[in-house]
Amino acid sequence: MKLKGNVFKYGDHVDTDVIIPAQYLNTADPKELAKHCMQDIDTTYASKVQDGDIMVGGINFGCGSSREHAPLAIKGSGASCIIAKTFARIFFRNSINIGLPILECPDAVDGISTGDVVAVDTDTGVIKNITTGKEYQAAPFPPFLQNIIELGGLVKSIAKN
Amino acid sequence: MAMTMTQKILAAHCGEKEVKAGQFINCDLDMVLGNDITTPVAIKEFEKMGIDKVFDTKKVSIVPDHFTPNKDIAAAEQCLCVRKFAHSLDIENYFEVGEMGIEHVLLPEKGLVIAGDLIIGADSHTCTYGALGAFSTGIGSTDMAAGMATGKAWFKVPSAIKFNLIGKFKKEVSGKDLILHIIGMIGVDGALYQSMEFAGEGIATLTMDDRFTIANMAIEAGAKNGIFPVDDKTLEYIKVHSDRTPVVYEADSDAEYEKVYDIDLGTLDYTVACPHLPDNTKLASELSDIVIDQSVIGSCTNGRITDLEAAAKLFEGRKVKKGVRTIIFPGTQKVYLDAMEKGYLKTFVEAGCVVSAPTCGPCLGGHMGILAAGERAISTTNRNFVGRMGHVDSEVYLASPAVAAASAITGRITTPEELEQL
Ligand code: SF4
Repeated sequence: MKLKGNVFKYGDHVDTDVIIPAQYLNTADPKELAKHCMQDIDTTYASKVQDGDIMVGGINFGCGSSREHAPLAIKGSGASCIIAKTFARIFFRNSINIGLPILECPDAVDGISTGDVVAVDTDTGVIKNITTGKEYQAAPFPPFLQNIIELGGLVKSIAKN
Repeated sequence: MAMTMTQKILAAHCGEKEVKAGQFINCDLDMVLGNDITTPVAIKEFEKMGIDKVFDTKKVSIVPDHFTPNKDIAAAEQCLCVRKFAHSLDIENYFEVGEMGIEHVLLPEKGLVIAGDLIIGADSHTCTYGALGAFSTGIGSTDMAAGMATGKAWFKVPSAIKFNLIGKFKKEVSGKDLILHIIGMIGVDGALYQSMEFAGEGIATLTMDDRFTIANMAIEAGAKNGIFPVDDKTLEYIKVHSDRTPVVYEADSDAEYEKVYDIDLGTLDYTVACPHLPDNTKLASELSDIVIDQSVIGSCTNGRITDLEAAAKLFEGRKVKKGVRTIIFPGTQKVYLDAMEKGYLKTFVEAGCVVSAPTCGPCLGGHMGILAAGERAISTTNRNFVGRMGHVDSEVYLASPAVAAASAITGRITTPEELEQL
């Protein structure tokens, strides 16, 4: 999968309460959730983000609750993938299970700023910062996970098998 | 090859003689859990699979606890969706208002999770059951759906960190102080993707409630699970609460750990996590200038009977500081009833606290005690993220029941000893 978009960059330990505050969890509609996505740390994200844009975070991205509403809100907002230094584990598996590409690449995170245009190839793990011209390599997923992502998430992979 | 306690349980559930860290495995599940927030999403995914029954009607638990008794119309709709699903698929362990409680207090109490089990729950604090010597971990709604349908879940086998406990707590220091101390020491990602395995003779001095509190917060260090060895106290607890026979796993003596920490329980003191991360810890005694608007005592971390006992002891014959809203929320109906029989509820009400029905309520800023901008709470819950208990400009300090109670009485962060001296 080849993706390209503008970057919205955040810091370390972006937690799921920030990604989607609990008060909005009385719905699971991604479009509804997207309206409040990131609002506790960035009130402009929901209005500025465009389809295909890329979210970037530091270490332990997505820590906190198991709410799948968090990756759903990000996916619903139009963002095409997330690049972070590390992901919290439940967020990591939720993203894979719903088919939202995520990449771990500390070097890329350090070399990317908000507003940069970045291209990502999820098959090879190559991340290119088009604004600066620099290229980075994220570790590709192990075959087990690649398989789930390629089939479009866990539910589809189970249906298939 | 030597295995950790977690690895042994995982191996037994995927039909392998041994597993090693980093390996991907597919495991059989003994219990799949969901609540009123995560289950509706799981139901949607479940329906997409075109299946009309769960893998085992006894091995699915659904507990509407976050926004119940229904806080608004949208919450009521979510609960209705969950209720219909549970009834139409004959899910035995569905707990309605009146019989329910906070899921992680309820499941052990009902004997639904015991030593040797492998449990997944669409709630991050599912790691609580590690206190019983089970492997249990939080997952998302899609995993819950897949688990309900197939009785299986995929895992990457974790490596582990060992916490060797010696000695015993002094004064009213408790399991909450220990786990806050540990998270302060290793950080909120200090155990990312790993197991936290507890060991050492100090464990024998911990109550089961202490162990639940400690395992509950393993996720706040990023861990996949926290786990305690099974001893006489565990077996006694399981005997009282369950008819099932526990399976006891022990870590091999030469199992590999990424790190080993030795902690002398006797050196610990009352510990508080300051806003806005659970690893931002200080000693309670260093925070005596911090004035509070609200004190919250309860939750899946500290809503058990010994937690309420610790608070009631301090409230006895004293009053909450005027203006400090003090909210007690017992973990389950049984905890509520026990607290009533022991006279704690009377003590709380006479002291000027309000006692809520069992619910997650204020813990996640849901209902029953939301904070306004600029307000500050001390709370026995497990998270103090930005906006966790209400407005983004409010603050939460995490502490033990004893410290939260002492602070409610003085209106600022206070240790039980300081209170005795006032
Ligand atoms: S009490 Fe708080 S932490 Fe525990 S399950 Fe409920 S919302 Fe989650």
